[in-house]
Formats: sequence, C-alpha cells, structure tokens
Amino acid sequence: MNHAAELPVFTALVTAALILLGATLALTGSIGLLRLRNFYDRVHAPTMGSTLGAGLILIASMVLFSALELRPVLHEILIAVFMTVTTPVTYMLLVRAALHRDRGEGHRGEKDRDRGHAAAEKEKDRNSS
Amino acid sequence: MSATLLSASISIAQVFLALAIICATARLLYGPRAQDRVLALDTLYVNAMLLMLVFGMREGVTLYFEMALVIGMLGFVATVALAKFLMRGEVIE
Repeated sequence: MNHAAELPVFTALVTAALILLGATLALTGSIGLLRLRNFYDRVHAPTMGSTLGAGLILIASMVLFSALELRPVLHEILIAVFMTVTTPVTYMLLVRAALHRDRGEGHRGEKDRDRGHAAAEKEKDRNSS
Repeated sequence: MSATLLSASISIAQVFLALAIICATARLLYGPRAQDRVLALDTLYVNAMLLMLVFGMREGVTLYFEMALVIGMLGFVATVALAKFLMRGEVIE
C-alpha cells in the first residue's frame, strides 16, 4: 500500500467510507439472496449490491485514482453505465422465464404458501390480463 | 495515516465481498430450482467484479479495471443466455 502514503487524509477518508459502504451493501444483498423465502422475494435482494453497491465502489475507485494520478480518471463510468443499463434487463428476462416455467408446471409461485404465493398469483393475474 | 486507513478499509471490504461470494455460492448449490441458480450466478459475477475493483484499489493499478469490465460484460451475456434458455429451452433459435 505504499502508493497511498502521500495521499491527502481527506481523500483517503472519503475513499474508505465509500468502499466500506459499497461492500456492506453488496454483502447485504447476497445475504438477502440466501435468506429470503422464495424466488420472487429473492430477485429483489441482489439489485442492492449490483446498483448502489457497485456505484459506490466505482465512485471510490474514481476518487482514489484521480488523487493518485493528479488528473481526472473517469473510465469507471463505463462500468457504471453498463451495470445501470443491464441489471434491469437481466432481472426482467429472468423473472419472465421463471413465471413462464411456473405457469408451465401448473403450480403458481413456489411451494411456499405464505406471502410469496400471493405475490406470484398477483403477478400471474396481471400478466395474463 | 492515510495509507493505514485505506489499507484497513480495503481489507474489511475484501472480507465482506468474499462473504457475499460465499452466500451466492451457497444459493447456487442449494437453490431449489434453476432460476434460483441463475440468479445466484449473476450475483456471484457482480460480487467478483467488485472484488476485482477493490483489488485494483489496493494495488494502485488500473489494469484491474479492464478485468472488472470483462467480468461484467460476460456476466450479462451469460445471465441473458441462461434466462433465454429457461424460457425457450434453446439459446439460439
């Protein structure tokens, strides 16, 4: 870490806070993916990590490299724009495929009988109308 | 001072992202249906991409940025292809 020795303390503070916040968001999203009860609940959780978590870590990277190279380093915007555009597309395709499969197999939602069932049913009704 | 601060926070962030990857891997292994596994794979890709970026910040090398970009693009293509496979039963019609 000797490249960061001559970094201003304020820049290091901002970078450290952004990195920690982004990593915490990514971890929270993945824990949600592990803990939530059915697929339609689980789709919501990782979006936290893949939008805001990724955004914060990318901003931290921009701040750090701009301070290190003493010029604006903004190429991380590429990843940010790409993630913002692709995440909704991916999850929408995935949920459509899941709905298609659930309908094809004749059972609505998964076997969990609590609120996920009602949500899946509502989604199905809205989709078929 | 600033090197110590940055080093500590980057280490903690690496541990967090590694735990996130472990959570996604657990869902990938236990996920009851195929769509759960695809979702877990997508989360795994995103977390690995963030871990690459954090590695790059630790080393102070911008080369890791390109790796993160490639991981992000391949993850998108893989997830879309798998979702299409789940939908239709074939990828290219």
